[in-house]
Amino acid sequence: MADDDEIILSDLSDEELVEQMMDDLYDGMRPEIEESVNILLERGWEPYRILTEALVAGMTIVGHDFRDGILFVPEVLLAANAMKGGMFILKPLLAETGAPKQGKMVIGTVKGDIHDIGKNLVGMMMEGAGFEVVDLGINNPVEDYLEALVREQADILGMSALLTTTMPYMKVVIDTMKEKGIRDDYIVLVGGAPLNEEFGRAIGADAYCRDAAVAVETAKDFVKRRHNQMNA
Amino acid sequence: MPDALTDMLSDRDWILADGATGTNLFNMGLQSGDSPEFWNVDKPDNIRALYRGPVEAGSDLFLTNTFGGNAARLKLHGGQDRVRELNRAGAELGREIADKSGRKVIVAGSMGPTGEVMAPLGALTHEIAVEMFEEQAQGLKEGGVDVLWVETISAPEEYKAAAEAAARVGLPWCGTMSFDTAGRTMMGTTSSDMVKIVGKLDPQPLAFGANCGVGASDLLRTVLGFTEAGAPRPVIAKGNAGIPKYVEGHIHYDGTPEVMANYAELARNCGAQIIGGCCGTTPDHLRAMRESLETRSKGERPTLEEIEAKLGGFSSAKDGTGADDTPKRERRGRRRA
Repeated sequence: MADDDEIILSDLSDEELVEQMMDDLYDGMRPEIEESVNILLERGWEPYRILTEALVAGMTIVGHDFRDGILFVPEVLLAANAMKGGMFILKPLLAETGAPKQGKMVIGTVKGDIHDIGKNLVGMMMEGAGFEVVDLGINNPVEDYLEALVREQADILGMSALLTTTMPYMKVVIDTMKEKGIRDDYIVLVGGAPLNEEFGRAIGADAYCRDAAVAVETAKDFVKRRHNQMNA
Repeated sequence: MPDALTDMLSDRDWILADGATGTNLFNMGLQSGDSPEFWNVDKPDNIRALYRGPVEAGSDLFLTNTFGGNAARLKLHGGQDRVRELNRAGAELGREIADKSGRKVIVAGSMGPTGEVMAPLGALTHEIAVEMFEEQAQGLKEGGVDVLWVETISAPEEYKAAAEAAARVGLPWCGTMSFDTAGRTMMGTTSSDMVKIVGKLDPQPLAFGANCGVGASDLLRTVLGFTEAGAPRPVIAKGNAGIPKYVEGHIHYDGTPEVMANYAELARNCGAQIIGGCCGTTPDHLRAMRESLETRSKGERPTLEEIEAKLGGFSSAKDGTGADDTPKRERRGRRRA
């Protein structure tokens, strides 16, 4: 049996090490990811390059297999935890080096709902994709969302609900944004098990995202479109 | 001492359970985001009306309005110190309506998930989960439920914790999981996995099965999976009345009573003995289901194609139980020796 212990990470070439990191992310091996990030930094890799070429690329594979029903929540939580270990090292360095930012997202579970597994996954995957994420936690009344959007000068609002009894609250938030004339200042994404595309449209969200991987793709897409509009 | 549900399970070929709680409470003016459990004390007449719905429509069993009545869930409404009181009140109202019905109706004490991730992945330990469920179960017992009814569970660890809590308070229990992710629970449990879990549990549930999830078709595919894997206990099918849609300010499920009548017939043919609805299932749906179970005779075990033809398509091509759809890992890198 080929034993994992026999791999000496520091002996691998850059290319092999990045491939190994993707495997280790997939397997949720946080200490190995931390070690590999440090090795690449020592070899002179830019923090942003480690983020995109190793961590984000690795989490993209995890995201796709989650979307395709090959991985489930426990595996994704472990992978995200490993990525967090790497991000913890990179974050201060990224700030120093002024790495490009994708955009800023305010995310939270709606009032009456304490479910945060899916929301946390979205937050971690968004961070992994280079977005700045402000997590408001669970049980958020409309005032908390609005206050955070303004304070953080966010681009995106993400709302999550896991209960049929709480999902209508998303409309309360969107309607309030409309009343205040700020609805179109933000990209509004919604998600959660009982939702679907039609529901997202009916309440006036920009998009319904069925899982964390789709949320990242959708957010990137909307940010790009917005950017193009502004330049047009 | 035999309990009411054990008796009914041995006397009857099918038992009609109830439908929705949350979606029906909305129609009575519950505000989105508010805790339905507070109404057990604040608006008891609304809860009586909620319970009368299924009883008058012919249900043999209904669940109490206590789904979110554990300390973890009540905490966000500041109700974590009212667990016993709110569960007892919800159960007492149920007992009252059941006893007034003039026939045998079972009161099942609903216990939903804590909403937290269990250790080692998350912070909730087995011991704390058992204590939380026990506290809720104790209130339900004081209020006079016949059986505890654990539902919408996705993690096997949480299912086991609820079983242990049932044992501690000394009540029989039933437990269903929610299979909403490509035929599995959110945590990856398949229908055949659940059969194995139930087979090893002590105390075993009186009945086990599936509730909520995606739609009626998916739910019946799960039921077929249970019976194929050699279900050790009677099977429960509680599927949603179609898919949620947002119509004129409220959530509406698109399954008609006719669809749910077909669903009930098919559920029995798939091998379920306790048949009910979940989100979006109103008393009108239940009446149609009752009529269908009474007037149509039990038929052959349906194929997936027949289910699809009568109830609509599945949300995913596979449900994780076949030998060929074991998760394949698409690895780019490779392990080196």
